[in-house]
Amino acid sequence: MLGYLLKRLIQMTLVLWVVSVIVFLMMSFTGDPVFMVVPIDASDAEIAQARRLLGLDDSLPVQYWKFLTSLLQGDFGRSYVFRQPAMTLILERMPATVELVLVAMALAIAVAIPLGVYAGANPQSRISRVIMAGSLLGISLPGFWIGMVLIYLFAVHWGIFPSSGRGDTVEIFGIRLSILTWDGWTHIVLPAVTLSLATMAIILRITRAGMMEVGRQDFMKFARAKGATRGDVLYKHGLKNALIPVVTIFGLQLGDLIAFATITETIFSWPGMGKLLIDSIYRADRPVIVVYLMLVALIFVVINFLVDVIYMLIDPRIRLK
Amino acid sequence: MTDQPLLAVRDLRTHFHTFSGTVKAVDGVSFEIGQGEVMGLVGESGGGKSVVGFSILGLIDSPGKIEAGEILLDGKNLVAASEAELRKVRGREISMVFQDPMTSLNPLHSVGRQMDEVLRLHTDLDAKARQAACVEMLESVGISRAAERLKAYPHQFSGGMRQRVVIAIALLARPRLIIADEPTTALDVTIQSQILKLMRAQIAEKGASMILITHDLAVVSEMADHITVLYCGKVVERGRTRDLINAPSHPYTRGLIDSIPDTVNRHDRLSQIPGTVPDIRNLPKGCNFRDRCPRAQALCAEVEPQLEPQHGTLSSACHFPLKPGEAA
Ligand SMILES: Nc1ncnc2c1ncn2[C@@H]1O[C@H](COP(=O)(O)OP(=O)(O)OP(=O)(O)O)[C@@H](O)[C@H]1O
Ligand SMILES: [Mg+2]
Repeated sequence: MLGYLLKRLIQMTLVLWVVSVIVFLMMSFTGDPVFMVVPIDASDAEIAQARRLLGLDDSLPVQYWKFLTSLLQGDFGRSYVFRQPAMTLILERMPATVELVLVAMALAIAVAIPLGVYAGANPQSRISRVIMAGSLLGISLPGFWIGMVLIYLFAVHWGIFPSSGRGDTVEIFGIRLSILTWDGWTHIVLPAVTLSLATMAIILRITRAGMMEVGRQDFMKFARAKGATRGDVLYKHGLKNALIPVVTIFGLQLGDLIAFATITETIFSWPGMGKLLIDSIYRADRPVIVVYLMLVALIFVVINFLVDVIYMLIDPRIRLK
Repeated sequence: MTDQPLLAVRDLRTHFHTFSGTVKAVDGVSFEIGQGEVMGLVGESGGGKSVVGFSILGLIDSPGKIEAGEILLDGKNLVAASEAELRKVRGREISMVFQDPMTSLNPLHSVGRQMDEVLRLHTDLDAKARQAACVEMLESVGISRAAERLKAYPHQFSGGMRQRVVIAIALLARPRLIIADEPTTALDVTIQSQILKLMRAQIAEKGASMILITHDLAVVSEMADHITVLYCGKVVERGRTRDLINAPSHPYTRGLIDSIPDTVNRHDRLSQIPGTVPDIRNLPKGCNFRDRCPRAQALCAEVEPQLEPQHGTLSSACHFPLKPGEAA
């Protein structure tokens, strides 16, 4: 077990290192950031000076070495635009994104798993067909369109929910959260629904496929032959066996949503990381983009690791290997 | 009350409505089992043996359906029972050992949890008493270090051990009838006889009855009080074990007995029944066995024979039944 964890840790470090190389190369080949820092009417001498200060006149390997060592020391540079540490900027906005994504994922699971189990257990029923047709819509309709329809209906037309911002927040341990206030909840509903629909549809379909597969297994019939209730057979015996692919997709989707909640955040003016990323790309704010990409890579790697741990918790055959 | 059998199956018809036609897997099967009796249910693969077992427990799923017939447990018709009533019968009154021990257990639940489930469903015992009962039952089916083994998962057990676990589960709630669907076919020969002996002992001890499903007449001849022979979803012969083995009246039963590689077989060389089972989706008119039957005559292609009393305790469905001492 300990050996396995160590191996995974080394793997994770390796992945992050590769990402750092890719991010560095990408940044070096896309535009010259020196013009972001110098005034428009700067002289050639001033530009050369700035370049030296930014370390841009070194050779690529030297630049990379400096880049890497400062990353390792926790120095991620300052935003050219905000003149603040890039890390601080992102960490300030991260709770908003994580909060939105977690609410969206919770919603997706709460709806998708029961419906998926039902549709998998009763593939012929009319309700199942309706569920599956609905999930197809969820997959094929683009998120931004759904977001705009929701804003039109619930914010503009009926005025039930607000359409932008986070609403009231409460600060806990230095993290600002909106899910602790009623006003915050009303603000999070529409973006969370928008963000969750596609994931909900995918998880639903995977759950259904898994349940149909498991339903054919002898041990399901044997559980019934023991006198177990339908609910126990489906959830305790069936769902657990159908869960491995669901957990896989869940992990991928979770990382995806955290990294790319951008569109939803933009539509609902949700002050999260995604919106910061878009703004930074417009302004070629290189340090912020670098930190963002590294952070997202870290999140993916960690989620992937957690998914593997969950596999082991679910399946004793994996655990004991 | 005296003469009522524990289980009476009357004219059971279980059909599967598939795309390629209706499969009459069980078509007019009747038999009775008394308290403490062992009935052998034999026939070739595809004869409908497992479907009879699943029908009794109400475990026939779409596209299958029990089209007609009665399954009377103490005179109460299970075919008409609600799902909730059936749940009280399953595991408690009637339990089943499935054909394949490798796939009957849930791979993600420990053996202990799967055993415990039966007791939680059907008894009022507390956790401690249930644990003790599980340990005792596992030991009685010949698994040592039972308390420890309860924590293990199915993949840590061999096929023979898994089948013992399945049998232990089937016996746990002390059901009155156990349907054992080829409980030993998937196991090697030495373990086969061990497990059969064990089942017989357990059943005798608890005064339970058993339906022993198998395609192996040698096995049932040792275990069963009486035997029902299925062919293409129909009963072709039934009677007390000794009569049926010594002097079968149906040529199909004769063929099954002649193909036993065993001391029961008094012929010099093993024979096998010629031909194969006809497509159950479109059975021919007349007797289903006639194409493979050495005694078939013109009448057999016209009229389907009905089950009629023969010599001794036997009944069989044949126009030209064998007499005692007569070869096929
Ligand atoms: N779910 C199903 N759908 C369609 N046909 C089925 C289904 N289950 C069983 N059958 C058919 O019912 C017939 C009887 O099957 P059954 O499993 O009872 O045979 P069996 O006597 O138990 O054979 P074996 O010795 O191989 O276990 C077969 O022709 C089979 O194809
Ligand atoms: Mg079978």
